[in-house]
Amino acid sequence: MPLFEAVRLALGTLRVQKLKSFFTLIGVTISVMFLIAVVSIVQGMNRYVEEDFAGKFLGVNTFNLRSFPDIQNDVTEAEWKAWQRRPKIQVEDALAVREALPPGTRWAMHDVTRTDASSQFAQGGPKVLAEAATPDYFLIKDLALSRGRVFNEQEDALGAPVIVIGQEIAERYFPNLDPIGREIRIHRFPFTVVGVLEKQGTVFGLALDRQVIAPFHSEMSRITHGRNNLYGVVVQAPTPAAFSGLEEIVRELMRRRHRLAPADSDDFTLESSESALGQWRTIRKYMVLAGTVLPAIGLVVGAIVIMNIMLVAVAERTREIGIRKSLGARRRDILAQFLVESATLSSVGALIGVGLGIALAAIVAKVSPLPAAVAPWSIALAVGIGGGVGIIAGAYPASRASRLDPILAMRSE
Amino acid sequence: MNREIVEAPMGTTAERRVVVEASGEAPDKRWVIVTRGIRRDYDMGGEIVRALRGVDVAIGRNEYVAIMGPSGSGKSTLMNLIGCLDTPTAGEYWLNGTLVSRMTDDELARVRNKEIGFVFQTFNLLPRATALHNVELPLVYAGIAADERKRRAKHALEQVQLENRMDHKPNELSGGQRQRVAIARALVNNPSILLADEPTGNLDSQTSEEIMKVFEELASRGQTVIMVTHEPDIAAHARRVVVLRDGLVSSDDRREAFAARVGL
Repeated sequence: MPLFEAVRLALGTLRVQKLKSFFTLIGVTISVMFLIAVVSIVQGMNRYVEEDFAGKFLGVNTFNLRSFPDIQNDVTEAEWKAWQRRPKIQVEDALAVREALPPGTRWAMHDVTRTDASSQFAQGGPKVLAEAATPDYFLIKDLALSRGRVFNEQEDALGAPVIVIGQEIAERYFPNLDPIGREIRIHRFPFTVVGVLEKQGTVFGLALDRQVIAPFHSEMSRITHGRNNLYGVVVQAPTPAAFSGLEEIVRELMRRRHRLAPADSDDFTLESSESALGQWRTIRKYMVLAGTVLPAIGLVVGAIVIMNIMLVAVAERTREIGIRKSLGARRRDILAQFLVESATLSSVGALIGVGLGIALAAIVAKVSPLPAAVAPWSIALAVGIGGGVGIIAGAYPASRASRLDPILAMRSE
Repeated sequence: MNREIVEAPMGTTAERRVVVEASGEAPDKRWVIVTRGIRRDYDMGGEIVRALRGVDVAIGRNEYVAIMGPSGSGKSTLMNLIGCLDTPTAGEYWLNGTLVSRMTDDELARVRNKEIGFVFQTFNLLPRATALHNVELPLVYAGIAADERKRRAKHALEQVQLENRMDHKPNELSGGQRQRVAIARALVNNPSILLADEPTGNLDSQTSEEIMKVFEELASRGQTVIMVTHEPDIAAHARRVVVLRDGLVSSDDRREAFAARVGL
């Protein structure tokens, strides 16, 4: 029997028995829906992490020279202790790095701490993320301002008490006021606000709108204790191609400065968006795993339901099978009829699931900060799975149908 | 009924006997059906039931034959064997010069599709399909393209005067109309034999007469018709009547002789 004929027959059955078809398909539909939704969300998060997060948090083409990694994953007690014994990165190291870098490379040193802030309008509140940094820090981190300006080289060199504050800080300490030109006290030291950062959002629990950034050579580095020890040195390559070469320059320099023998391993860390993304990729692996294993279980259940429904269909249509056989249908014709029927059934379920999955992903993207991007391959996969599940689930019922004896089958009611 | 129809080339009784005894050899082309010593045993839970105990029948092309017998005589078993729905336990069955008694399921399906047109007591139409689609079915399994299928199915329905009922489903048709759809379906593949199993069993006597007229007309146009029935007055419409009793042929007469014997 031609394929088209069989598909038409299957769709006809589907149309006639709407309610039964609904229950038959619900397993496959829901599984495919979640598959599509999870893949879309993972895909969307992936784009978010690789573009926004990596760019915002660590900077593009950027690496950080630190004593130990800022982003840690599965650190053992022993490792942690070893890290604590490492030499701190010092201002002299940062300056030496700057000397070693080729022209065109951006460089900044910075130090960070969490401390209190206050103004004449508001006191208390959550700790602020206080940073002392050299001016290129804004360029490297691509920090744009909504108001005012950043501080310049001269202000940094002179240690001027100026500061750029985050959106949330501006709102909290200067409610309904223009903070530019006003005074904010960080750990009791007064600073004059010269700029307000654009809204940054929260990246993995770190409230970037609660940061304040003052010149490295201002009082801020006393607050952060960065006079000698630094939180890190940031280096931005002009092009992605130059990136690893720069990493090597800095690594060689630091090894020399720390007098490491060739056999010794680094006692510092070069942390880049690449190394941070490694972590995300681990998370993503588990999410993809969960996003595929759970729907897979659903599909098994869906397949069992379809198999049962097909067995019922074969029993109900025994007489029809007998008639078809008496008219010359061979085993393979009957087999194909029921396989196509169950594959069509299942594919329709999968297609509905694709639609619902796209809708679900869109809803999640709307109501949560998680972005969603529907991957075309996941749609193809879902439809393929639909057909495959149908064929597997239909195999046994179809084979039973094909082996029915035409005489007995025609006698059944 | 037209009684001037030429005698079917059924051969003499002696000729037929020779045909059914020449074992292992393909019979002459004039014989569309030859069974030689056909036996069919059923295993009913350890007890062997001998439905057919060695049936020898030869039916020529263009014959109109009724197979008669009381229930339990083996006529349904014989009809299943002739219809290639079943294979014999022993013996030979030649259909249209081909030995079908040793065929596999799929080969039998092929033969049913090409050589046999069934008409059943209960019509056996697909309830959800239109008359036209029901008639198309054998052509679907013959692998005929859709356009050609439609054309031939329409033509077959015209032959049984149902051209204005093509889009009706079986439950929208009367019993006689249903049986005529079944006849159209049986004929659409131009089969060697039209095989009818109690074709009037579910019909009132007037409709039965109509169906018998259709059969008569088909037979007069040269269609080989084999009809299984337990009703003598229906069997008497055929030109030759084979009577089975206890799994054996008990008589094989021309209509006139049969009618005289049963007092019709």
